[in-house]
Amino acid sequence: MSVFNAFNTIVRKEIYRFIRIWPQTLLPPAITTALYFLIFGKLIGDRIGTIHGTIYMDYIVPGIILMSVITHSYANVVSSFYSTKFQRNIEELLVAPVPNWVILTGYISGGIFRGVLVGIVVAVISLFFTPLTIQNPLMAIGVVLLTSTLFALAGFINAILAESFDDISIIPNFVLTPLSYLGGVFYSVDMLPLIWQHISLGNPILYMVNAFRFSVLGVSDVDISLAFLMTCGFIALLVLFSLWLLHRGTGIKT
Amino acid sequence: MNALSIHNLCKTYSNGLEALKGIDLEVKQGDFFALLGANGAGKSTAIGIISSLVNATSGTVKIFGYDVKMQRDLAKSCLGLVPQEINFNQFDTAKNIVLNQAGYYGIPRKIALQRMEICLKQVDLWDKRDTMSRRLSGGMKRRVMIARAMVHAPKLLILDEPTAGVDIEIRRSMWEMMKEVNTQGTTIILTTHYLEEAESLCRNIAIIDSGKIIEHSDMASLLTRLHVDYFILNLVQPVLNPILNGYEVKQISSKILEIGVPKERDLNDLFTQLSAANIHVVSMKNKSNRLEQLFINLIDNKNVRES
Repeated sequence: MSVFNAFNTIVRKEIYRFIRIWPQTLLPPAITTALYFLIFGKLIGDRIGTIHGTIYMDYIVPGIILMSVITHSYANVVSSFYSTKFQRNIEELLVAPVPNWVILTGYISGGIFRGVLVGIVVAVISLFFTPLTIQNPLMAIGVVLLTSTLFALAGFINAILAESFDDISIIPNFVLTPLSYLGGVFYSVDMLPLIWQHISLGNPILYMVNAFRFSVLGVSDVDISLAFLMTCGFIALLVLFSLWLLHRGTGIKT
Repeated sequence: MNALSIHNLCKTYSNGLEALKGIDLEVKQGDFFALLGANGAGKSTAIGIISSLVNATSGTVKIFGYDVKMQRDLAKSCLGLVPQEINFNQFDTAKNIVLNQAGYYGIPRKIALQRMEICLKQVDLWDKRDTMSRRLSGGMKRRVMIARAMVHAPKLLILDEPTAGVDIEIRRSMWEMMKEVNTQGTTIILTTHYLEEAESLCRNIAIIDSGKIIEHSDMASLLTRLHVDYFILNLVQPVLNPILNGYEVKQISSKILEIGVPKERDLNDLFTQLSAANIHVVSMKNKSNRLEQLFINLIDNKNVRES
């Protein structure tokens, strides 16, 4: 008997869940990003030219990959954990001797796995439009793992606090998507007026997108070490907050 | 050793509802124990606290000596729960539901597969193991929950209305299965609204009402407290207000009588009097189950005392 078996069970269940419904989880990002590459990269990109000496199509590829990682690592955990709560099969975990940190890491691992898998799918799609060469693969893997961890944690907290299905769509629609689009996925913040450059620096997604872009292309609008520091700091905060919520039984116990 | 010890357990919900008002309860190892009470009496709250689904306001709960708050994991590993409502993933198969539960209890996959097979066969669901659980009948879903609760071989099994909404044939087969599980050494706590179920299965009983335990004893001595048995007689011919010495007689209709038979009287005397009065009986049945009668009496007595 060990907690590793419990962890393994949660991860296996989570992966099985999103693989089983792949037309809803893996196919849409492939189609959406193919359209991004076609419309923004090819049709509009050819008229834009280069940014920081990089052709526009190549410039947006890292941002689009990371945006997909963010969206899907978040979506996986928020929908899975909220459904578990809604159907009350969270009780299966609560009656069993599963430590809270195992519940958290199990669900987060599921989110990371889906985020990374979607990232790979999008990266493969991008190869149909431009040859993708990664300058610093180790850094790229690090950024993807840290980013998916952070947003899987955010999804977990959203699921715990949500009281209805509406509550799990508010954050993705009104916070995550706008921050992603304004996080320098399609442009360099240098292109913005000075005031908007300063405002953009308050957007955490900007740092992650630029860190990933740096690992792929070697160009960035922000300090990379600050990007890593911020991401790790946010992860630590969200881990502590998630464990506190689980300990209190917020949203899952009476 | 006690399988379950509850001391001064209180629960007040955030809306001010006092669901448990300091209950004390002990269930011996190996017992088949009935926890009865009307809807809203506090049974589900008590079970929720025992199984860590509800936070207690105060008091202690120990499962096989392990405190559910202080020795959470040890206490939980002794417990299996069959809840009142279906709470598994309806989009998963019976096999995966049971297998995952084994995993949550830390059982290695290889052993979990063997245990899953044993449990699904025990509840007669092996043939349905790959069926999506939402396609199973109500009785089958309940049996999936029983298999799930037994997969880690718990020492204490709590069955919260396991036979609710199940047809009589399946209910009987579930009774046999529960008896067998208890015979193998598992302590069982049963809550049910079918009091004949509690009477035929359980050796000890507690009755909870308005958050308090109003009765806690063994089934046999509790039933001896019932002073009168009530029978319904169907007659061949109509009669009008017959008088039977020593028995309570109530006319239900011209051909149906309700007779109260005191414990000290026997039925032979009743039939002698009926024959003498030229009253012929077609059939006879208990008005209600004995435990049901007693349960109603206890609740009524408490309400009278309180008013």
